Parts: sequence; structure tokens; C-alpha cells
Amino acid sequence: MDTTYIFLQNYWWFLVSLLGALLVFLLFVQGGQSLLFTIGKTPIQQKMLLNSTGRKWEFTFTTLVTFGGAFFASFPLFYSTSFGGAYWVWILILLCFVLQAVSYEYQAKKGNLLGTKTYKIFLLLNGILAPVLIGTAVGTFFNGAEFIVNKAQLTTIGNPVISSWATSWHGLEAAFVVWNVFLGLAVFFLSRVLALLYFINNINDDEIQKKSRKQLIIETILFLVFFLTFFVHLLFQKGFAVNPDTKEVFMQSYKYLNNFIQMPVVLVVLLVGVVGVLFGIGKTILSAAWKKGIWFAGTGTVLTVLALLLCAGWNDTAYYPSLTNLQSSLTIQNSSSSLFTLKTMAYVSILIPLVLAYIVYAWRALDIHKITNKEMEENEHTY
Amino acid sequence: MIAEIDTSLIDWSRAQFALTAIYHWLFVPLTLGLGIVQAIMETIYYKTGDEFWKKTAKFWMKIFGINFAIGVATGLILEFEFGTNWSNYSWFVGDIFGAPLAIEGIVAFFMEATFIAVMYFGWNKVSKGFHLTSTWLTIVGATISAFWILVANAWMQHPAGMHFNPDTVRNEMGSFWEVALSPVAINKFFHTVLSGWIIGGMVVAGISSWYLLKKRETKFALASIKVGVAFGLIACLLSIWTGDGSAAQVAEKQPMKLAAMEGLYKGDKGINLVGIGILNPSKKEYNDDKSPFLFKIDVPIPKFLSYLSFGDFNAYVPGIKDIIDGGYTTSDGSIALSALEKMKKGKLAIAALADYSSAKADSALFERKADSIKNAITAAECVVETADGDTILLLSDEVFATKKATVYSRIAESRQQLNDNIKYFGYGYIKEPSDLIPPISLTFYAFRIMVILGGFLLLLFAISAYFSYKNKFETKRWLQWTCLISILFAIIAGQAGWVVAEVGRQPWAIQDMLPTSAAISRLSTSSVQITFFIFLALFTVLLIAELKIMINAIKKGPQINEQ
Repeated sequence: MDTTYIFLQNYWWFLVSLLGALLVFLLFVQGGQSLLFTIGKTPIQQKMLLNSTGRKWEFTFTTLVTFGGAFFASFPLFYSTSFGGAYWVWILILLCFVLQAVSYEYQAKKGNLLGTKTYKIFLLLNGILAPVLIGTAVGTFFNGAEFIVNKAQLTTIGNPVISSWATSWHGLEAAFVVWNVFLGLAVFFLSRVLALLYFINNINDDEIQKKSRKQLIIETILFLVFFLTFFVHLLFQKGFAVNPDTKEVFMQSYKYLNNFIQMPVVLVVLLVGVVGVLFGIGKTILSAAWKKGIWFAGTGTVLTVLALLLCAGWNDTAYYPSLTNLQSSLTIQNSSSSLFTLKTMAYVSILIPLVLAYIVYAWRALDIHKITNKEMEENEHTY
Repeated sequence: MIAEIDTSLIDWSRAQFALTAIYHWLFVPLTLGLGIVQAIMETIYYKTGDEFWKKTAKFWMKIFGINFAIGVATGLILEFEFGTNWSNYSWFVGDIFGAPLAIEGIVAFFMEATFIAVMYFGWNKVSKGFHLTSTWLTIVGATISAFWILVANAWMQHPAGMHFNPDTVRNEMGSFWEVALSPVAINKFFHTVLSGWIIGGMVVAGISSWYLLKKRETKFALASIKVGVAFGLIACLLSIWTGDGSAAQVAEKQPMKLAAMEGLYKGDKGINLVGIGILNPSKKEYNDDKSPFLFKIDVPIPKFLSYLSFGDFNAYVPGIKDIIDGGYTTSDGSIALSALEKMKKGKLAIAALADYSSAKADSALFERKADSIKNAITAAECVVETADGDTILLLSDEVFATKKATVYSRIAESRQQLNDNIKYFGYGYIKEPSDLIPPISLTFYAFRIMVILGGFLLLLFAISAYFSYKNKFETKRWLQWTCLISILFAIIAGQAGWVVAEVGRQPWAIQDMLPTSAAISRLSTSSVQITFFIFLALFTVLLIAELKIMINAIKKGPQINEQ
């Protein structure tokens, strides 16, 4: 195959992985929501929490939408197979994001029909469900899903749908695979860790600071338990490998461990990421005055998740394996867009650094001013 | 698993998408319109330093924010529904259709999300100039997002810039600019965004009129009305022009939609445009002899439909029966095929694709076997099993070469047959010619509602602008009432426009390429029914909450912000 095409397929897997990694970092907004009642005991404390992580909800949301759009443009067969097949998982994820989109704006408004408490519960639901479900869904990248792809089906006139799901659970069966759930829970506790670090950075309030630091230890332990179990298992499990000559998918022992060994750069990214996360958390716990943990743990999260997703798709690996029919598994080669489209979209991707730059600029302009009790009480626009 | 796709699944999948789109379009046009209005107001504040304009802008921003949240929520669902409910579509044209969605995310959504945060939370944190820029970038982002999603929609109405690749079994992009800058896309963008501006202008004028009726916030209301009606009037005038362009495009690219819009069964030269009319409910078949109308009044300009469609008062406009029966001369001079002929060609295309794929698979076997044959020792190693299940014993180089040549000629022949008929690919999935007719009454009435309400709004904006700039709006209570009620009319006109565009193109998901019946996901009807009702309940509750919050915010008024 054309080397440009192969390069672009790998490049777009990198971009999709990067968006996924940014999404996991930005789930700190969800982490904040899940901690709303744990850290915020009084209405004003809850208000500060909502206005801290909450003011970033649109970034998480937008990253999710862009992740979907970029995946669609670059690997349409994934979009059609997974979304149309694992229907219930994706619908649940979407529903809980709908609840989030309205809740920040509506919870404190007069005449909001359902009452402030209900909207806060919506935020809590999104805060729990979104990270758990997204993590569980990503778990299927390593552990497989139940589908069949048969392109020849398109020529069957009465029934031309090419992708079909093999179980009537339509995606919910992923929740019965313990390793998927472990990843889901790891993402969940990570989002809470990141939220606590963001509170510590962003809110000038002694009580919230104290509570967040205390809670951080518990969440970190839980995160490490689930993440390390998942990760160690990943290194030792059989993986879905692709024969580069015949394109045949087969099971290979220690596939993911081998991927890290065969792609040392990805391994370095992973290790730097893990160190970043641990340093960000560790120094925050040890030093009572230090508030920059979020930036180390956040960057570390992006790098770690990026490395994991690259490991799922690069180096002749099937990133969306089919347990029903191994040869239906999706690889970055057999599921990608055409050379022309990938090339066109690669030009568009040149804009990404510009987008990141203005996000950072605007974010800093707002975050220079920390959230305080005083701002909440002034009659300005707040959640 | 090979059972036929259930038609109820198609209907429910369509219903779910329509539901989401209708709700989405309740909120989005208002944000597109209000976004500009509030940015103009903040610009006046920036130029004059007058706090009054800051507070005025801030009030409309509050209304904007309440709408924005739910527009975002419904938009997320729409994007993912292409995957969840239209998975075959997503594969068949994802190579083209995914790109605008991705660009929308990268270019537009991040701009919106970043700067809306500065707009709301940055008043005392960033400079006045940065804030104003952010307010403009929020609406620029929203409008760019509208552009890309309308590029996507326009492409479904008039596919361009792609070719079918039988090796990957899908359509692939051949020219990005033909997709992004297709005349249909450009026109659709302007027409749709302008309809949002009309709604925005009407909402500003309507809510402000309510204050005047209540004798409150008079200065704020009169100032807002001036901006709102001028903006709405310009948008109305421009949308007549884009609407005209849209009619000509429909006539050329989607003649069946045009015929449905007009209830036109039998075409002719020099056709009148129907002004108002009532369709004959007892007309059930396109080819029965019953009159299509119980009553109708044509627009007083004779032969106006011919003129609107082709810029020629004597141009031929085909009716529904003509399009099904074929045989007339189309605008490009060719003789139109009948529906049955198109369906036959479509089936040939699909059969050719099947043949091509199996021949291609066989050829791969021959290629793979070629090496091993040479070293074969036993006869069993010389067996090739074809996709049809035939086994061929390859006894000699000669036989091998002959069989291989046959396979390659099958590839070439099927490829040729596919190319010859690919234009009608989608027709291969159509069962009956009558399946090609969209719901007539819905399309016909929705079109009338859009045009009549649009005309009414133009008149209303003109009258309001006149009184507003003569400083007489405050005393005209009848006009204030009319403006208030007309918020509803503006919203209905926008919805009706989408009904014409989307119902009128049935049965096509992509014009002539893929009917909705072949575009769906393989799900059980009951699953889609459940999600339909979940979305219906959720969106309805959120709509009621949204309206209540908005009414509360309006009752509270901009005064509160002044403290």
C-alpha cells in the first residue's frame, strides 16, 4: 500500500487518540460534579465548586463532539459499526451529556421547573456515568466487542446493512467484562483526582482546600487499584494482532506488552505520563501550599491515555476487535477513510495548534482570577 | 439475520431523527440571530461607553445562554444519531460526510465554547476590547458551525465531488471544494442562517413589545426594537433572494420535491405557482384521474412557477406522474427515464457490484495460488475454491491461465456495468415506483406556511421599522401585540422550511444514491421506539423548563442587571 496512505492512517489514529486523551483529562469537570455533595457541604461551597470545574464543561462537551466528528471523518467504519451496534452504551452516554448541558445553566435559575436539587442530581449522574461508561467503552478497544462486518451485505437488496451486532444487549454486554469495568472505574476515580487538584488550584477557600486534600488520598488509592490492575492485566493478556502481509487478525500473547517494547517512543510517553500524574498527586499531598498539581497530573493524563490508545491501534494491532468474528475486527487500515479524505483532513488538522493556543489564552485570562466566596455573592453571571 | 429490514424500523428511525432535528431547530436559530444582535449592541457600548448598551446587551446574552445550552444538548444527539441510527449511511458516505462534521468541531465548536466562557464570565476579568472580540467570536463560531453542518445537509440533497469505489464498497471524496462550496451548500447556508436572523430579530422585537405593552423598560425596549427590526428586515429581504435561488436548485436537482411542493401531478410548459389551495384528500394514487385540488388560487403572476424554476416563463415543469413515467425532456436536454427504468438500472448496478466483489475475491485467490501452483506436487494443492463455492482443479498452466483470464474479464465487465448504472444505484433498493413520491400534503402545506408567514414577517418588519425610526412605535399597541404574537410565526416558518427540505426529499437519505431504507442501523424497532420516547419526554421537559426560565428572566427584565 501507498506509504503516504499508511502514514496518514497512523497520523489520524494519533489525532483521534490525542482527542480521546484530552477528553479523559477534561473529564475532571465530571469528577467535580461527582464530588459536588462530597466536598460541598453548604450551598455557597457547592456554588464555588460548580463555578470552578463547571465553567469548563463546554470544553469537555466540545471535545467529545469533536472526537466523534474526527473519528467519523477518519475511521467511518468504526463510527457506523460501534455507534449503530453498541447502541445502548452510546445512547446512555449521550443522555447523560444532555442532562449536563442544561444543568449548569438551569440549576440556579428561577422557574427551572424541576428545582435546583434535581439539576444538581443530574450533574451528579453525569459526573458518575460519563467517566464510567466512556472508560468501559474504551475497554472494548482492548477486550473486543460482539459484531460482524460484511460489506457484501450491501448488495442484498432487502437487507443491505453491513454491520450487525451479535448480541441483543447492543453494547451493554461490555459491562459484564470485568477488565472493561476496571478501566471505567479507573477513569472515574482519575476524573475525581483531577477535579480535586483543580479545586485546589482554582478555589480560594480554606475549607474546600482542606477537604479536597483529604479526599485526594482516598481517590488516589482507588484510582491506582483499578488502573494498575487493568494495566498489569493488559500487559499480560493476549492481544488482537494483524498480520501485515495477509491482513489476517490473530490472537497474540503479550501483544500490548510487545507494542510498548516495539514502540519505545510510545513507552516513553507512557512513562513520562505516569510519572507526571504521580508527581502531581504526590507533591500536592506532601506540600500543603503547592497548588500546581493539576497541570502535572493533567499533562500526565493526556500522555498516558495517548500512549494507551496508540498501543491499541498502532503496530499492526486491531483497535476494535470483534469477538464474534475475528476477521471482522477493525484496524486503522481496514476502517479508514480514503487517501484523499485523510489528506484533506490532514490540512485541516494544521489548525489544531491554533485552536489549542487560543483555548489556553482564553482559559488563562479567566483563571488568573480565582474563584472566591466574594465573587459568588456579587451579582455577576455565575452558575 | 437475513430477514428483510422492517419498514417500521425505518419509520421510527426517521421519527427519532426528525424529533431531534425539530427540537434542535427550536433553539439554534434564536442563538444565530440573537448572537448578532447582542454583538451589535455590545459594539455600540464599546464605541460610546454608554452603560445602557452594556446592560441591554447583557440582557439579550442571558436569553441567548438559556437557549444555547439546550441547542448544544440536542446538537450532540443529532451528530451521534448518524452513527447510532443511520450506520449504513455512515459507512456508505462517511468518507465524504464525516469531514464537514469534523471540521465543524475543530474550527467552529471550540471557538464557540472558548469565547462564550469569556463572554459570560469575563466582564470584569478581561479588557473591553477582548470581551467584545469574544462576543463576536462566539457568534462567528456558531455561524461557521452552521455552515459546515449545512454543507453536510446540502450534500445529501445534491451529492457532488465524489465517486463510488467498488473495492471499498462506498463513496469517496474526489473534490473537497465541490463538496464545501457547492452552490446548493452556499445557498442553503445563507437561507438557513437568515431564517435564524429573522427569528432573532422577531424575538427581540416581540419581547421588547411586551415591555411596552406592560409600560416597563421603555428606553431599553425601544432601543432594542430599533436594532431588532432593522436586522430582521434586512434578513427578510435577503432570504427572499436566497429562497428564489433555492427554488431553482430544487427544480434542477430534486424535481420530485418541487412537484410535491406544488401538488403538481401533470407537468406542462408555462405553469402557474399555486398561491393557496386545499389538496383533494380522496386522491390516493399518482395516476388516478382525480383532481389534485379541492380548491386553489394561483399567484397572480402567470407562469410564475416555470419562471422561478428555470428563469423562463415557458419552461416545462414536470409533475409527479411525468417523473414516474419519464419520457419528457429535462432542462439539460436529455429525455427523462421512467422510474421503472431507473429501478432496473439501479438493480443492475447493485448486481454488478456483487459480481465485481466476488470476481475480485476469486482473483485474489488466483494471485495467491499462483506461486504455490508452480511448486505443487499433489492435485489437491492445485484446487482453487471460488466465492461461488465452485472448486476448480488446476491441472496445467494452460487451464490456470484460462480460468484466471475469465476471472479478470468478469472484473472488467462488472466494473463497466457498475459504471454505466451507478447514477441510479439508489433506485435499486426501491420496491415500487410510488415509493419515490414524498408525502405530498405535508410538503405542500409546509411550503405554503413558510412562504406566507415569511411574507407576513417582511411586512411586519417593514411597518415596525417605519414606526420605530419615526419614534412612533411606543404608541402603536396593535403593532406591539402583533410583534409579540409573531415570535411564534417566525419559529413556525423556520420549522416549515425544514419540513419542506427534509420531507420533500423522501425516500432519499442521499438523493438518488441511498434511500432511507438502505441507510439505517440494524436494530430492533422496539429499541428505537424506546429511545424515541425517552428523547421525546426529556426534550419536552427541558423545553418547558427552558420556556419557564426564559419567561422568568423576561419578567425580571434588564433592570435587575443594572444594580
